[in-house]
Amino acid sequence: MTATSANGLALMWEMLYIASAMKLPITMACVNRALSGPLNIHNDHSDSMGARDSGWIQIYSETNQEAYDNFIQGVRIGEHKSVQLPVMICQDGFITSHAVENIELMEDDEVKDFVGKYDPEHYLLNEKEPIAVGPLSLPSHTFEQKREQAQSMINAKKVILEVAKDFYKLTGRRYGLFEAYKLEDAELGIVVINSTAGTAKAVVDELREEGIKAGLLKIRVFRPFPADEIADALKNLKALAVMDKAESLSGVGGPLAAEIKSALYGKAHDMPVVNYIYGLGGRDVKTDDIKKVYDDLMEIMKKGSVKDTYRYLGLKE
Amino acid sequence: MAYSLKEVMNKPERLIGGHRMCAGCGAPVAVRGVLRALKPEDRAVCGAATGCLEVSTFLYPYTAWKDSFIHSAFENAGATISGAEAAYNALKRKGRIKDEYKFIAFGGDGGTYDIGLQSLSGAMERGHDMVYVCYDNEAYMNTGIQRSSGTPIYTDTTTSPAGDVLQGKQQFNKDLTQIMAAHNIPYAAQTTLTADFKDLYLKSEKAIYKKGPAFLNVLAPCPRGWRYNTPDLMKICKLAVDTCIWPLYEIEDGNWKLTYKPRKKLSVEEYLKPQNRFMHLFKEKNLHLIEKIQKHVDERWKELLKKCGEV
Repeated sequence: MTATSANGLALMWEMLYIASAMKLPITMACVNRALSGPLNIHNDHSDSMGARDSGWIQIYSETNQEAYDNFIQGVRIGEHKSVQLPVMICQDGFITSHAVENIELMEDDEVKDFVGKYDPEHYLLNEKEPIAVGPLSLPSHTFEQKREQAQSMINAKKVILEVAKDFYKLTGRRYGLFEAYKLEDAELGIVVINSTAGTAKAVVDELREEGIKAGLLKIRVFRPFPADEIADALKNLKALAVMDKAESLSGVGGPLAAEIKSALYGKAHDMPVVNYIYGLGGRDVKTDDIKKVYDDLMEIMKKGSVKDTYRYLGLKE
Repeated sequence: MAYSLKEVMNKPERLIGGHRMCAGCGAPVAVRGVLRALKPEDRAVCGAATGCLEVSTFLYPYTAWKDSFIHSAFENAGATISGAEAAYNALKRKGRIKDEYKFIAFGGDGGTYDIGLQSLSGAMERGHDMVYVCYDNEAYMNTGIQRSSGTPIYTDTTTSPAGDVLQGKQQFNKDLTQIMAAHNIPYAAQTTLTADFKDLYLKSEKAIYKKGPAFLNVLAPCPRGWRYNTPDLMKICKLAVDTCIWPLYEIEDGNWKLTYKPRKKLSVEEYLKPQNRFMHLFKEKNLHLIEKIQKHVDERWKELLKKCGEV
């Protein structure tokens, strides 16, 4: 169990890959903060998004309650026999990590019972079976090893849902792969990660009162990426905005947008999708900013199409 | 009990044959020498930084290590083995483990003097009961003989080539053994392969069985990078100590002790000559550089004698 943030995470980029390839069920709190440069320290998602392909399960949290609940579930998810992967539990630096919120805690014994004891099949200090780990592996074996690792990530989706089910029974707090908020009959939707979901929900409620069919999808599990489930939840929208609190500097948009667009391909690939980069380096995002996104979506819906899909939200002129 | 080469050599090997290290390489000889100091009934977790030793002794699906072994990356052998030691202490405290385990990390000079220094320094400072062994072959040999901070001055390497303008590496190597001694750990020592392996054995025994962190710096010649005849491995090691280029000494609980004093201190030329990495120094125009090396070695030797209370 460990914790990190921003440049500390980036410094250990190499170890992230090695830990997941060694199938080590580490649980790590990643308090999302901007990666240098320039040196910044405030919240965005450039740290964990940069690590998205390192073979770690990534679970994001809107609030401190979610961060707490996800961390407890994360231990069991990572240690499950069909998974055996490290888990990164992400939440927004400062915005939630340094916020004072009331949360419901579980009793220590309850948590211990829920998490269970970790009994690895093979381990370095097994007196009955000395083992060697971390070999040099050549083209004769690495390909198959990576395929097995990929299977663990595929298996994780089912396990995440099973663990969430048990967690619900214990606490009454329900978790899925993502949260769909007023999405069922929505025409205008946004996809968002972490604390901005709270801000955006307030905007959705306001718009709903005005009779505008707004909704949102909040990512919980980013790795494994639940592409089919997300596409099914979004496919009936008339216009969609994907909110990225990280730049991938690809020249065409952020990392979340790339995932969402690829998920929609074949299911709703005619849907106009626009991508907003927002909040980099801790730039505050207010309800007015989110309101602007829905206003833009309304325009896009009326028009039925969108050309400039790679946008910055709240950039000073 | 007096040291007996025969007895020591009859102990079962813990790094077995079949690995892919080069003929005439000092590293596996050094590793076997260190591991012989383990009591047969004791278990060990060994680890290695990325380097020749790691890639040649643990090539999936084969391992030459009889004990549990872990490699994670180039720069973190110190952290990796200290983590295994911390896990052992936790499991032992909980009664989940009974046997006695010892923890030994191995790294080349690249993984120790350079890339892994931070990780090593941290492990020593935290006081883990472990040994870190540097098999020092004075350059990044695994990747093709690039200079490291352990490479001696005027050495010809692929990144400090001797040519018309520059005569090999332009900087002195750092004194890692003394840097580790400055951590005030219970035991730090410098050794190499000697004819009876006694120096390596006794220092390894102390390093392994003295409680707390220990560091061993073992000069381990590399026939590819140093360009000597492979059967001359032991001869090169002997010349290194007899010229006082690689003095044998230890620092135990803060006490400095010279463990070998050559009867006749040889000139550095004798050590440089059989190694083609120094070949360019023997051109007429470069002979003054050998003098510079000699002067440096003499100064360092004098300082060491003083520290060891020999003068």
